[in-house]
Order: sequence, then C-alpha cells, then structure tokens
Amino acid sequence: MKITVDGKVLEVEEGISVLEACLQNGIFIPNLCFLKERERPHASCRLCFVQVEGMPTPTTSCTLPVKDGMVIHTNTPEVRRLQKTAFKLIMSGHPCHAKTCPVGKNCTLMKIAKFLGVGLGPKPYERLDREMPDLIDFGFMYYSPYRCVLCAKCIHVCKTQNGKPLLTFARRGFETIVAFFQDPLENTEEKCINCRACTNICPTGALVLKDTENVEREDEAQTA
Amino acid sequence: MKRYQEIKSEALKRLEQERADNAPIIRITMSTCARAAGAEETRKAIEEVLEERGLTAKIVNVGCLGHCYAEPLLIIDNPAVGFPPICYYEVTPNKAKLICRSYFEDGDPSFEYVLGAMEENDLIPPVTTFPRFSMEQRIVMEHCGLIDPWNIDHYLEKDGYASLASILEMQPDEVVEIIDRSGLRGRGGAGFPTGKKWRFARLQENTKRVVICNADEGDPGAYMDRTIIESNPHQLLEGLAICAYAVGADEAIIYVRAEYPLAVQTIRHAIKQAEEYGILGENILGSDFSLHVTVFQGSGAFVCGEETALIQSVEGKRGMPQHRPPYPVEKGLWGRPTVVNNVKTLASVPPIIRKGADWFRSIGTEGSPGTAIFSIVGNVKHAGLVEIAMGTTLRTLIFDICGGIPNKKKFKAVQIGGPSGGCLPEDFLDTPIDFDSLTKAGAMMGSGGMVVMDEDSCMVDVARYFLEFTQKESCGKCTFCRIGTKHLLNILDRITKGEGKEEDLEILQQLAEDIKKGSLCGLGKTAPNPVLTSLKYFMDEYIAHVKEKRCPALKCRALIAYYIDLEKCARGCEVCVGSCPVEAIFTAKGRKKAIDQELCVKCGECMAVCPPEYDAVFKVSPPELAPIVERPPDQQPKKASGEK
Repeated sequence: MKITVDGKVLEVEEGISVLEACLQNGIFIPNLCFLKERERPHASCRLCFVQVEGMPTPTTSCTLPVKDGMVIHTNTPEVRRLQKTAFKLIMSGHPCHAKTCPVGKNCTLMKIAKFLGVGLGPKPYERLDREMPDLIDFGFMYYSPYRCVLCAKCIHVCKTQNGKPLLTFARRGFETIVAFFQDPLENTEEKCINCRACTNICPTGALVLKDTENVEREDEAQTA
Repeated sequence: MKRYQEIKSEALKRLEQERADNAPIIRITMSTCARAAGAEETRKAIEEVLEERGLTAKIVNVGCLGHCYAEPLLIIDNPAVGFPPICYYEVTPNKAKLICRSYFEDGDPSFEYVLGAMEENDLIPPVTTFPRFSMEQRIVMEHCGLIDPWNIDHYLEKDGYASLASILEMQPDEVVEIIDRSGLRGRGGAGFPTGKKWRFARLQENTKRVVICNADEGDPGAYMDRTIIESNPHQLLEGLAICAYAVGADEAIIYVRAEYPLAVQTIRHAIKQAEEYGILGENILGSDFSLHVTVFQGSGAFVCGEETALIQSVEGKRGMPQHRPPYPVEKGLWGRPTVVNNVKTLASVPPIIRKGADWFRSIGTEGSPGTAIFSIVGNVKHAGLVEIAMGTTLRTLIFDICGGIPNKKKFKAVQIGGPSGGCLPEDFLDTPIDFDSLTKAGAMMGSGGMVVMDEDSCMVDVARYFLEFTQKESCGKCTFCRIGTKHLLNILDRITKGEGKEEDLEILQQLAEDIKKGSLCGLGKTAPNPVLTSLKYFMDEYIAHVKEKRCPALKCRALIAYYIDLEKCARGCEVCVGSCPVEAIFTAKGRKKAIDQELCVKCGECMAVCPPEYDAVFKVSPPELAPIVERPPDQQPKKASGEK
C-alpha cells in the first residue's frame, strides 16, 4: 500500500493509522496520547492533525487508517494553527518548571514546542489555575495534576500490564485528574514498584515514584 | 394481524364496558409540567368536590397537551348534556371546584374559564380557531394530552400497534425501504437519514444487534422527549419495536435520564403492559419476532446524550465520547451493531408505516420531510411544545403560533438548538425551519430547544450562559473542549464584568473556530456556536462591552447603575427604602430618595416597587451616567455606622 506524505511516497502496511505510518518512516507529527497497541485510539490530545487531500478540514492522524493512494500534508497553515492552539491550551494548564521537572531534557512537550516553533508559555491565552495541590500523594508515588496532560497512557498500561486497573480518571471537565485505587487486601505497593509501567510511559513526568531523586528533592522542599 | 385484531377488540370491549354508564369524563393533564403548575392539587380539589356534592364523573390523567403556558388544563367530556368536550386553562384548585359545581350542578360550562371546545360545535368556539392549535401539524404528538398514557387500551383504540402488526407480515428490508423512502431524518440534532442508519445496521455481519432509544435529553429549556414519553409512551415503544424488527435486533434499551422520574415510571409501566398483551417480549403478536426492552437510567451527564458516550455509560464505563468511526452501527454496545435513535425519530415511525412514505414526504420540505417538535420557552406568550411542519418560518412559529413577545417588548434573538446551537437575530426570522437552512444560518436544528429573547437580553451574557453550561458539562477528555471552553468562558466572564480587552474579541473568535474544528465529539464541536453566532450578528454589543464598558441591554450587573430621578421621586414616599436589601437608599434633599452607588448591589428591587405613577427609578449603562447624590452624614446606614 502506498501513501504520499508531504510529496514523499511511502510504502506502508495495511491496517495502521496515518500517524503510525508517518512515525515509522521518520516523519514526525506531534502527539501525546497515541499508543500503538490500543485497540481504539484515545484521540484526546488533538495534536496529530494532518490534511488529507479531498477532506474539507484537518483530521487527527491517529484515528485515520491508511488508504492506498492517500495524499497527506502534515504542515499546511490550517494544520499548524490547530496544533499550535492545542499545544498552547495544554501549556495554559501546565506551567513549565524545567529545573525541578523530573523529566528533565527528555520532555515531550519541549520537543513539540521546538518542532512547532512556539514557546512553552500559553500566550495569547492566560494561565489557568485549578484549586489543587501541586502534588497528590498516591502512597508510593506522586501525581502532579499540573504536569498531567490526561493522555490516559498510564491508565491503559495499568490495565493491560496488570490486568487489574488501579489508575482511572476522576472528576470531570477541566477538573479531571488521574486517580489511584488500592486493593486493601493486596500488597499493591510492592507490585507497583516492580511494575512501573505507568511512570515509565508518562510523557510529562506527572506520575513519579517517590524513590526517584527529583521527587525526593521536591518532597524535602515541601516538608521543609 | 389476527392476534392483533383480537387484542384490539378485547381492548375496545373493555373500554366500552368502562364507558357503559355514560358518566362524564374529566381529563386532567398530569405530566411533569402540569404537576409543576399544580395539577396534583387541582385533581385533589376535583375529587373533593365530586365527593362533597355526590357527583359521578371519571377523572382520567392524561399527558401534556403541549400548551404549557395554560397548565394545568382540564377537558370535561359529557356527551349526555349535549356540550362538546370543553378545555379549561390554568385550572387552580379553587377554579376547578367552581367549574365542576357550575358545570355539573347548574349546567353552566363557565365560559370565562374556557380555552375552547375540542370539537366543532355551535355553542363554544373550538380551540382550532386559535393559531396555536390550528397551525400546528401533529404526527408524533397527535394523541399527546388526549389519551391516558398509563392505559394501553387507549392507545389501541387509536389504532396503536397496528403499524407493528402490519410490518410483521413484511420482510425487514421492506420496512427499511419504507423508512428510507420517507426521508425521515434523525430528530436528535444531526439529522442523519434514519433509513440509511437502519440499512447500515442490517448490513453488519454480526447479527446480535441492539437498538437504543436515546432519551437523555439535556439541553437547557428542552423537554420534548420527556413529554412524549410521559404522554404517549406506546407510540415510542411501537416505533422501537418496528426499528428492532427492521434491523434485526432482539434487544432494545431506552436510555432515559434519571432526572425524569415520571418518564421512567411511565415507560416502565408501558413496557410491562405491552408485554402482558404479547405486544413486546417473546413471539410478538404470535410471530417469530421477540424483543426485550429494558430501561436504563442515565446519571445526569449531558455528554451521555452523545451516542458513543451513551454506550460507554451503559457498559458501566465513564461517559466519555469515543472517536468515530467505528460508528455504533458497526461496533456499538458490547461491540455489537447498535442503532441509536432519538425518541422523536422512533415515535415518527408508526405514523409513517400506517400512512405511507409518500404521505410523510408530502409534509415538510424536500430535504427535511415531516414535522419538527420544539419546546419554545423564554420571552414568548404561548410557550410550550409545538409540532409544526418542517419549512415553517421562524416568524410564523414565534409570532403567529406562539403569540409573539409579551409586554410590548421587541424581539431580539432566538436561540435554536440549545447550547450547541446559535443565536439568530431578527433578519433571520424568515428562515424556514429545517435541518439545512438552520445549519446554513449558523444555528442548528438540535433536538428542539428554542429560547426566544426580547430586547432586554444581553447577547454577551447569553453566550456566557450557554458556555458556562457546556464548559461544566465537558467530560474532560480532549484538549480543545476541556481547556478551550474554559478560556472562552473566562474571556466572556471578563467582558460581562467590563474587564474585557480589545484583543479579547480576536482571541474569542479564533479560539472558538479552533475548538469547533479541533474537538473530538459533537459537544466540543458545537459548544462555540453561541459565541460564534453572537459575535457574527451582535458584534456591536461586544464592542460596547469592551470599549465603552456599556451593556446596551442593561443586563450585565457590573456595567449598570440604578438611580432615582429627583424630579420624579415623590416627597416622603418610602416604598423603595424598605425593598432595598443593603440599605443603599437614603433620604436626600426635600425628603426625596437617592441611591448610594457604593452600597447598591443592583438587584433592581427599588425599580420594581417604585409606584407606576412616579416611575422614578432608572437604570443606566455605563454606571457613570448615574448622577451622584452625596449621602448626608446623618443618613449613614445602620450597619456601616455600627462598624465604625
């Protein structure tokens, strides 16, 4: 099956999404919530827009199955406008504290900002605040609602790798957070510390085990 | 068909026996809207007066007639005395007693309380002389308010379930064909062709198919689905069964919101009755077709009206929309092909089967055949439920059928399609009501909520109100809806408080456009519509708020001030003083009153109580226009002086 992306003809396998096809072929499309193994794309971050010739408006590429002969543009002004708006909206609820952030230089958001050629601030939108603590204590790990972009990767891996989902969404709308549920009859802590699927997959450092260096520092700073 | 004829003739026999004594029948509307207007008290009063006076009459609860401005309604039918059935309006308990006494004891039908006769006659003008009755065209609501929704016999008497009986002798594909030819479009808002949806479902390989009736009505000011379920649940069940037969489903779910307790009770009772009669359940009407109908109560999230979120919620998951495709007809509830249809869509089906696709096509427009049901609320004289042929103009609907704007006010805008729709100004009054024309104008058909606004409504405030609703109802899944609508709301909040900046208007426009294009589901895609349409048609109001800090409609509290005209104020009159909750009114020179602007909370009470012969309180915007009257030192409010 052949598709054309930005003038380049790619040979791709059937049944995959345009986003996957592009990433496989070294064409970067900004994304936060895409997980290959998911049966149905979560499609919540709204960053992976592309323009398909013959379609009236840009479409999210994670939800778009490849079709033979598809002609795709990843960088039209309209695509970029939507991506930049989505990114700035995310950043308006995600104050960047690069120095103390546990992801450090590995930050997906920084990579996307650089790719889109925008800063890490939310302008022209204002910063949005929620009445929530900076860190929520999940027992042996911390969750930061401000760092979290609600990509739901952690929820997915927790469910598929443990068979028993311990993470889920709580609250609604702008107040949505990831919550943690513990089985009181099981030694969840030990299991979780050995698993670490959620903390490993989190693209923004919103979930971190307490034993990581950075968090300890933050922890000390908070208690001090 | 034979089994159906038997069931029907048994029902008719029962009704005949019931009516053998020829006793007068008092029908009283007992839907949620009528109960809110006091119908339960009225019924009690009628029972009392009948008992007291030893009168014999049967009281029958009926659903909503759609004339909510006149609730509670009473229809007295007493063929023995030669009166036609008479409809009475706004029947309070005392009025009910009065009417019953004079009607039954003195043979006087109390003309002063009569809305009209329900039939042509020589004595009393029939209701059909009013445009609110005669200009409506009822297909779905034909029997609403006239039959007892709790008694299946009443529906059978009106040829109910005859359509179901007739299609059981057809091939399912023939049924789909009829619906397809009728051009029926989904009445839930988007207007997807129903026949096409059913056909898709039939084409699926998986034969474990499901039908879901979407009655998760949530738009502010919309209550069509509730009324239909409460007033004629069997027409819905018949449509549902026909749909299930056509698409090959043996399971159906009615998804009603839990906030509609009466509708839930009514539909549950109707299902039970239909099962007892062999009209639902195993081997319907003696055929091979079986259908199990269950009721599922939604838990209050507006977004669960979106079909994929609705399905998630039935599966016990968090009600969050999923990306489509796959559409529910391909992979829906528990992965099975699922047809999700709105209440009005399904209730339109039995009349189409009975009278044919061509008949249905003869009503309405080419692109949108049939009728539209609106719940018209707001600044309109005859509010309530209206069923009209598609293609009727907004002007006809608002001014001719619903009596126009009350209190001699001017029409300003109409909001169609609830929080997902748009505000249309006067220039659009001649727009025909159909799916395509309304979408072209920037509004949408929606599920049928319509709010009429007069000149006192501030369009910025209206946009803010709807945004507040959608923002609160966002499920929180996708970026544009979760965060974008929050920004829109914050900006609108700022503007209505007079803190808007000029660049805000540009941000508002751009962001609203992006949210519309970028959101995952219908809620997010349509949430900016009130903002976009009000920006388009009422830009001058936004500019007045932002640049002049003025609210032209004198609505936004932060931008208005009340003052008392000393020329008009009457010496010694104290009415306003007592009405003020914050002691902002004091006595100025000449024993006249004035308002302390620092203390005033702008509740408008003083304006409401100022006697009409003086009419001395005025409202202005911007607030600086109010003349400042110094408060003399001896006139300080008690609280303030106490604190000092």
